[in-house]
This record gives sequence, structure tokens and C-alpha cells, in this order.
Amino acid sequence: MNANPYLPDMATIVEVIQETHNIKTFRIVLNNEQRMKDFTFRPGQVGQLSVFGVGESTFVINSSPTRKDYLQFSVMRVGEVTTRLHQLQPGDQIGVRAPLGNSFPLEDLKGKNIVFVGGGIGMAPLRTLFTYMLDNRKDYKDITLLYGARSPADLTYKAELPEWTSRKDVNTVLTIDNPSEGWEHKVGLIPNVLLEINPKPKNTVAITCGPPIMIKFTLQALKKLGFEDQNIITTLEKRMKCGVGICGRCNIGTKYVCIDGPVFTYAQLKELPSEL
Amino acid sequence: MEKFITKENLNRLAAELAATCRVLAPVADCGTVTFRRFQPGMVMDLHSRMAAVSPKAATFPQTETLLVVKREIPEKKPEIIETLPEGKNVVIGCRPCGARGKLIFDPVYETDKIKDPYYLQRRKNTVFISLACDRPETTCFCHSVGSGPADPSGSDVLLTLVGEGYVARSVTPEGEEIMKMALFADAGDKGKEADAKNAKAREMMGEAHDYASAPAKLLARFDDMDFWLAQSAKCISCGACTYMCPTCYCFNITDDDLGLSSQRIRTWDNCMSHTFTLEGSGHNPRSTKAHRLKNRVGHKFSYYPDLHKGVIACCGCGRCIKQCPAGVDIRQIVNAAQEYAE
Ligand SMILES: Cc1cc2nc3c(=O)[nH]c(=O)nc-3n(C[C@H](O)[C@H](O)[C@H](O)COP(=O)(O)OP(=O)(O)OC[C@H]3O[C@@H](n4cnc5c(N)ncnc54)[C@H](O)[C@@H]3O)c2cc1C
Ligand code: SF4
Ligand code: SF4
Ligand code: FES
Repeated sequence: MNANPYLPDMATIVEVIQETHNIKTFRIVLNNEQRMKDFTFRPGQVGQLSVFGVGESTFVINSSPTRKDYLQFSVMRVGEVTTRLHQLQPGDQIGVRAPLGNSFPLEDLKGKNIVFVGGGIGMAPLRTLFTYMLDNRKDYKDITLLYGARSPADLTYKAELPEWTSRKDVNTVLTIDNPSEGWEHKVGLIPNVLLEINPKPKNTVAITCGPPIMIKFTLQALKKLGFEDQNIITTLEKRMKCGVGICGRCNIGTKYVCIDGPVFTYAQLKELPSEL
Repeated sequence: MEKFITKENLNRLAAELAATCRVLAPVADCGTVTFRRFQPGMVMDLHSRMAAVSPKAATFPQTETLLVVKREIPEKKPEIIETLPEGKNVVIGCRPCGARGKLIFDPVYETDKIKDPYYLQRRKNTVFISLACDRPETTCFCHSVGSGPADPSGSDVLLTLVGEGYVARSVTPEGEEIMKMALFADAGDKGKEADAKNAKAREMMGEAHDYASAPAKLLARFDDMDFWLAQSAKCISCGACTYMCPTCYCFNITDDDLGLSSQRIRTWDNCMSHTFTLEGSGHNPRSTKAHRLKNRVGHKFSYYPDLHKGVIACCGCGRCIKQCPAGVDIRQIVNAAQEYAE
């Protein structure tokens, strides 16, 4: 971050990956070599990407801090900024303000079993932590990844799925909502598949992100499996502008998602006024 | 420092300062009083009534450019220029409540971790010459939020009307510097008269309401949407309350495309609007005006005080009450929450 919190760093797009019909992944490098070398962040933190003349939007950094060649963001096309981002090509210039927000409690997760439950674009923040854990594999016990999307075409990070599903040191389960020809993995809604996998809550932390409706039923499933509130972690998405706790856009009562979040435990969410 | 300045000399002071600073002063305009950039020859309207808008634009303009980005299309290498505010500002003739608005901004715009350089620069370069109120209005309740009609906090100079001029008291070194100008005369024993006037104004306001229980009581009503529906029934979501308010500090950031360059601008934003929290999925955590009024009142009388040493984020100026086209009264809402029988 710059001393002027509104001042972005200039960055160059080095690679664009078409993930699904409306999601693209961008790999970027800060133009200032020293700043790129010194750039540090923790899994879960976000950045504001600028397309100058159009505006700025918030996206989670979904590359792991252990892999420093580029910063990666996955962008779903929903409106003005995201549509213009989707038109950009390698070599194009964008602005970045990062890292912003809090992060996953890495220290508390050491020595634990981890269950990731991701839906759709919600896989982005999980990808950061998941790859971080793969790079520090010995620090964690059993790792399960349950990742679901509507159809095979809606899965992001397809290039990495073969590695994730074939690795022996993680249990990766993919699921889609309805049967599809040639699909070799699970069929069923994420919360149902989660119950089927039946992860044991003892010494286990569940980390989930996805569309609001999926989160709702995943939380119910996790409770049914016996997970305690403080062992369920999720990330919130609120409209953000400044990203630094000033503009007043993202509060839930006294908490500001941009500085106190986006990562919260279910126990913390229950303490907040009900305004999600 | 205590001095005296005649009414004519105050006008001269405004004219002299306008030569080197941006001077904002209240002037009568189309049946209302509003802050305008003072030009020599203009007549200030200090006494007919309090300005409809607050003077917050001096430290937090309605629109300001944060960055200019120049794009050279062939090379595709944009250049970013920070446009930090330059020059000095003087606000003359605001009321103490208007000058105190920025005290609510301060702990938000400057923390251990984050400094808003645009705000801080203006804050540092703006002097407030306030006028103590001698006729509090029925909508005023500054005395209930830890202040009063002659509260010097937030001001650099505080004026009190005495006869055909003002007793001027410096509050800060910057104020004292201005009071060294020859337009200020010796106050003689007029200070006593000023004290008596200020005490009388305070007396006119009557007993203060105690907001100590407001933070907890408002939070206790958070899920009681029937309460908030009733409180917000009259509201038409126009946002006047937020724009007039000296302590409302929320803003939006947008880009303005100018072809080969673009500007990143920030503008006052309005939490009473439906789009303030609307999300891409169509989901809106504050989908009705009841949710939004709850947040505006809750922020000022509950969340902000919880975060900032109990300080209420309202200076009791009554602007939102006076300017609301529907007659929503923030005092009644907080009172209703405080008096609510569980
Ligand atoms: C902490 C956080 C992390 C996020 N991470 C990602 C990510 O990794 N990938 C991704 O694709 N998206 C992510 N988002 C959502 C993303 O910021 C918005 O989709 C984006 O800002 C929309 O910008 P736009 O200009 O295209 O939309 P606009 O043209 O501004 O608006 C289109 C619609 O999107 C809504 N909208 C605007 N901003 C947001 C917002 N912040 N959240 C939800 N709805 C919004 C508008 O109300 C409108 O309905 C994240 C949001 C947050 C707050
Ligand atoms: S909330 Fe109303 S009374 Fe309080 S400072 Fe703002 S405009 Fe004035
Ligand atoms: S001024 Fe009155 S009507 Fe307008 S948004 Fe505020 S409370 Fe509602
Ligand atoms: S985004 Fe501005 S306060 Fe959170």
C-alpha cells in the first residue's frame, strides 16, 4: 500500500485465462520491480483493481503468497468495471491497491484437519489458502476440498483440477448440480455431498465461501456434522469503495468488512447485528 | 487572546482574507442561507438564521479529484498524478456545531494505520471563525450531545455578538494569528457582556437530554423491524439529511473518463439511498428505508460512540430535522429507542 491509500500501483497484465463463460483469471505484475519483490500479503486479503476511466472494484488475491511470480485475481463479469476488465489483454495496464483487509487465521490452522467447501466464484479465496497449504503441506493434517459448480463448464481453475484430484495428500471432491455426459465426479448440491463425505469435526476447521444460498445450507450441514461455530470460517462480500475503513460503505454495525473482514468465523458472525 | 471587531470590520476581514485564501461565508440566497465563496462586495448573512447546509465542504468538498490519470494510447503506459488540495481556507460565520463536524471525521480519516491525505491537508489548512448562537432554534440540541451554543471546540476563533460588533476569542494559534490583524481592536470589558450573552443562550436551551443509554438501546432494537418501519414511515429516501449534515462523512469513488485522461473523483454519498449497499446478485442487506434509517441513526448514536470513546457522531445542529421534507426527527427516534419498554 502507498502512503496515500487511494493511490494505486500500476501493473501489467501478463496472462488472461478464460475460466468459464463469465469468469476470467488475470495474472498481473506490478510495474515497479522493487515493489513487486517486496509485495507481501496473507491468504484471504483482497485488492482493488482499477480500469482507469471506468472505476475500481474489489477482488480477492487468489494466488498464494508462496508463489511470487505474479498476483492472480479471478473476475466474474457482473457490471461496469468487471465488463471492462474482461476486455483487457496481456500487456494492458491496470491499477492495483493491495493488500487490503484481514486474512485467514493461518497460525490457528496449523496442525488441524481442514475442510474446504467452495461454490462457484467462491472458490477464489479458498484457492489462495488451499495452494498455500499445499506448499506448506506438513503443517496441516488431512485436507479435504469440496468444490462444486452448476455444471462442468462452470468450474473455475480447470487447468489445476487434474492435479488437485490426483494428489494423494489431499482429498479433492468435485460436484455438479445435475448429471452431465462424461462427468466422472459427484452429482449433487454441495451441502448434500458434504454430508455424504461426512468429515469429522474433531480438530477440524471448515472454510467455506460461495453464493449466499449455498453458504446458508452449507452452514446448516456443518452444524449437523457437529462443527462448532468458532471452527467454521467464511468470507463476506459487501460493497466496498475505499477499502480502508473510511468511506462508510461496508459496515455491519460497528464492524467494517474492509478492515475487520472479509474473513470471519461463524461465531463472530453470530455476534454481529443481523444485516448480512 | 480576546479582542473586539466591528461588523464592518468583519466584512473587511473577509475581503482581506479572500485575497490570499478561499473564504467561505454564509450569504442569503433564494430564500435560504448557504455558504458561498466570499468575494469582496458580498454581504454576509450571519444572523437571520443558521445556514441550511453545513460548512463541511471546506474540509470535505462535495466533489473532489483524488487522482488524474493520463493515458498515452500508443505506449499504453498511464501516468498517475495525485491531486492533493492546495491553498488555505477560512470559514467565517459558521456556528459552533458546524465547526465541530470535523471532530467526528478526525478519528476516521486518521488512524494509526491509515491517513487520508486529502482530508488531512484541508483540515490543516482551514481556519474556522465561528459565531456563538444567541438564539438557539427549536431544532437545536447541541447541549444534549456534549456541546453548547458557545462551544469553542472545533473553532479557531469564537465570536460573540455584543452591540455593533463581536467579542473575538482565539481558540488555536492559527486563530490567534488572524486576530493579530489591525481590524481587531481591544475588547475592553466587553468580555463580561459576551459571557453573559453566551450563558443566556445556553439557558434558553433548557435541560439537556441524556443520550448515555442510546448506544445499547438502539442495538437492542436492531432486529425489531416493526419499530424501524414505524420510525421511517414518513421518510421518502431523499437523502437531504445526509447532505446537510456536518458529521455525515460517507463518500463514493468514481471515475470520469475524459478521453486521453481520466479523473478519479470522490463525492458525498448518501446511505439513505437504495443503491448504497446493493450487490451484484441483486441482494441488498439494507433493502428498505427502514433498514437504511436504522443504519443512519444507529451509526451516529450507537456504532460510532462504541468505536470512538462514547462520542456521539451528531453535533445536534438540527439540520436533518429542519431540512427533512417529511418531518423525520432524529431526536424522536433515539428517544423512542431509549424509552422502549421491553
Ligand atoms: C471482499 C470482496 C471480495 C471479492 N472478491 C471477488 C472475486 O474474487 N471475484 C469476483 O468476481 N468478485 C469479487 N467480489 C465482488 C466484486 O467486487 C463485484 O462483483 C464488483 O465490484 C462489481 O463491479 P462492477 O463495476 O462490474 O459492477 P457495477 O457496475 O458497479 O455493478 C453491477 C452490480 O454489482 C453490484 N456490486 C457492485 N459492487 C459490488 C460488490 N463489492 N459486491 C457485490 N456486488 C457489487 C452493484 O450493486 C450492481 O448491482 C468481491 C467483493 C468483495 C467485497
Ligand atoms: S444528524 Fe442531524 S442534528 Fe446531528 S449533526 Fe447531522 S444534521 Fe445535525
Ligand atoms: S431528509 Fe427525511 S425524508 Fe429525506 S432521507 Fe432523510 S429522513 Fe428520509
Ligand atoms: S469500503 Fe470504505 S469503509 Fe469499508
